[in-house]
Amino acid sequence: MTSLNEQQPPASGAAGVAAVAARAAVKPRNRRRYSADLSALGEPALWGFGGALALGIILIAGFLMIVLYNGATTFWPKPIDRVELTDGSVIAGVERRGAIFRPDLPRLTEDQRAEVTENDGFAYRTLYQTANFDLYGDDFQWVADYETANVTQPADFYYFERQVWGVFVGRIASMTIDGQEMDYNPAVMHREQRAARARFQEIRNLERREIGALNYQIERERLNQRRAVLRMGEEAAAATVTASQMRIAELQAEFQDLQQRVNEIRAIDRRYTVTLEEVGGRQITPEMSQIVRYFPANTLNIADKLGIYISRWWEFVSTEPREANTQGGVLPAIFGTVAMTLLMVIFVAPFGVITALYLREYAKQGRITSIVRISVNNLAGVPSIVYGVFGLGFFAYTMGGTIDQLFYPENLPNPTFGKGGILWASLTLALLTVPVVIVATEEALAAVPRSMREGSLACGASKWQTIRYVVLPKALPGIMTGMILAMARGAGEVAPLMLVGVVKLAPALPIDAFYPFIHLDRSFMHLGFHIFDVGFQSRNSEAGKPMVFVTTLLLLALIVTMNATAIIIRNRLKRKYATGQF
Amino acid sequence: MSDIIEFEPTAYHVKNSPEGPALDISDFNLWYGESQALFDCNLEIQKGQVTALIGPSGCGKSTLLRCLNRMNDLVDGLRIRGRITVDGFDIYAKGVDVIALRKRMGMVFQKPNPFAMSIYDNITYPLRVDGVTKKSILDETVEHALKQAALWNEAKDRLNDSALGLSGGQQQRLCIARAVASDPEVLLMDEPCSALDPIATARIEELIEELKGTYTIVMVTHSMAQAARVSDNTAFMYLGRLIEYGDTDTIFTNPQKSRTNDYVTGRFG
Repeated sequence: MTSLNEQQPPASGAAGVAAVAARAAVKPRNRRRYSADLSALGEPALWGFGGALALGIILIAGFLMIVLYNGATTFWPKPIDRVELTDGSVIAGVERRGAIFRPDLPRLTEDQRAEVTENDGFAYRTLYQTANFDLYGDDFQWVADYETANVTQPADFYYFERQVWGVFVGRIASMTIDGQEMDYNPAVMHREQRAARARFQEIRNLERREIGALNYQIERERLNQRRAVLRMGEEAAAATVTASQMRIAELQAEFQDLQQRVNEIRAIDRRYTVTLEEVGGRQITPEMSQIVRYFPANTLNIADKLGIYISRWWEFVSTEPREANTQGGVLPAIFGTVAMTLLMVIFVAPFGVITALYLREYAKQGRITSIVRISVNNLAGVPSIVYGVFGLGFFAYTMGGTIDQLFYPENLPNPTFGKGGILWASLTLALLTVPVVIVATEEALAAVPRSMREGSLACGASKWQTIRYVVLPKALPGIMTGMILAMARGAGEVAPLMLVGVVKLAPALPIDAFYPFIHLDRSFMHLGFHIFDVGFQSRNSEAGKPMVFVTTLLLLALIVTMNATAIIIRNRLKRKYATGQF
Repeated sequence: MSDIIEFEPTAYHVKNSPEGPALDISDFNLWYGESQALFDCNLEIQKGQVTALIGPSGCGKSTLLRCLNRMNDLVDGLRIRGRITVDGFDIYAKGVDVIALRKRMGMVFQKPNPFAMSIYDNITYPLRVDGVTKKSILDETVEHALKQAALWNEAKDRLNDSALGLSGGQQQRLCIARAVASDPEVLLMDEPCSALDPIATARIEELIEELKGTYTIVMVTHSMAQAARVSDNTAFMYLGRLIEYGDTDTIFTNPQKSRTNDYVTGRFG
């Protein structure tokens, strides 16, 4: 009954008047509205679209910022901290990053426990790159705030980048110049270290170029012998084999000479050493030639830092990796990525364009062409690793195996083409990206105005002449767009490459000074795989982490550069063939 | 009014050329898939004269024009019945060299469609696809064609500039120059002035006047005034049928069919 009572208008009184007034205010007044409904204007949809776009931009920009920041700061030299711990031990290292963690309370001392409990059981800790892997067996150490007694940055601490064993952090105790031990002298050290590096490069050049060339020739002679035996039979080939063996003997004598020279330089190298002392007092005495770079991390001015920064970048893009890829450069990977992408474009461009031309211009449009078109589009959705498996099975094993049987029988059972290599990798990627090119080319061809074709045909041009002189030039910018997309996709692809030719460390570049100069059978390094390898496959993933960012930055820069070049070419073409319809 | 329109036979009163017919279209029918676009068209196009095809939109006049150089071959599902002969030679016979046919028939389209090449390359295109590479011949052709198309004075100093830099009217005259470059017998013009302003239109009309005699011109136009100004004979088409074909003056002043009269006086269309 109460509800009924409430619905009845109050009979009279002040309360009743107020209620009536309130009701009048609530009652929607029949006012004319001059604006349309929000949903009719599409406003909520607009906010949704704009929001989605903003979110996308924020995600991409954030990703780029993270990569850019981390990649750009990695090579900046940072100071060395000498940290005294509460238990009396001392460590020295470069601060890497910090994190909040939950310490194991029972293992702490009374004071520490009180401090941690005050912070709800959390504490802050810092990761120091203590380096000196050969002495400590580890490169990094976490230090919690509560166990830190004192942090200083002593001026005599140096940061050494070594050829092997990674970084060393410590003091210079003494040095040995030409067998004479003497106190540390910065000027002498600087001079002798550079001389030692020059000797190191000399040895490397001897080994790489001259000894490499000799080895190559000896191997060729050996293969010639085998080929002769395989072709002519044991007896008929005897003369060839003897001649060849004499040649090998000569080459081996040369080899001995070179080896002798290398040994001499090495002997000199051993007379120049430097004794380094870590923070705990233990000493090591490496040869000076093993020190790639060294600097007093705590006394650098901004110009020194900039110099080191630039020299590290230069080392990164111009040298080969060392220390399981976590140090040194990525030149072979840059080279491999660019070479593989260009090869891929060389394969995919004619293949995709010709396919699209036939499909759009010549094939009778009907059910079969639709099925082909759908299949091509679906090919773009096949997981790339499947292409990798196909590439390995078809290109490397079947095609490569056949090539080996026919042309390189003397090498067997060692495969020449019958394994992963840059040729098969680029063919696999060409297959992976061909749908993109086909679709883009078809669209570009379809967009050529009919009036253009008719104009050409009416001039008495054949269909092929029309396509060649009128349609293709007009469609070229669109085709280029497809190529750019394919390139971007191909350069960033890693999974299939792991099966068809990418390796962690390639012994030789696919292009060198030995006939036939371009070795398409060779395996290669790739920046994308380098990221995976350094970041997730190396013994020391913490050491590789900065390299992941730097390599990512480099790969992005490389792809952007390649795309920008292609876009500039395309825009030139576009201007050239711009439509002039009024 | 009933859906079925009764058509009587075509009224025919053509001003004959002393040289006789250039093209003979007889009992020509055409289907796009299932729908018939042309019904029993019969007309003789006189040599050296200008013949205008007029009629409301969709009446089949462009279709008929495009059959004359087999431009319609590009259309899927096209069927024809009947004959079109050029100098007694059936162009729809089996084994006809369409490319050779098109070289005898220059064509100018509704919208100027110069290729994205230089002016010089545009005009020499018909010769180059024919395999002519001799510079002296090409130079001579360019000059001759541009003079015929009244474009020589404007274009002679910029022959190597892109044709796309020309104005609309100039582009259309360039297309005419391109069409006459291969020295055809017949010029087919598909509404050549519909995309142009009145001044450019006047120039093209002047040009047609000058080219008359040298070439047999067949022209589709939407403008009855234009047909009256430039043509010798006019064919009026309606719903795929040729209603009346004859001397332009007669068509416009004293048509023999009431439908033609209605159209030319603006009562419909």
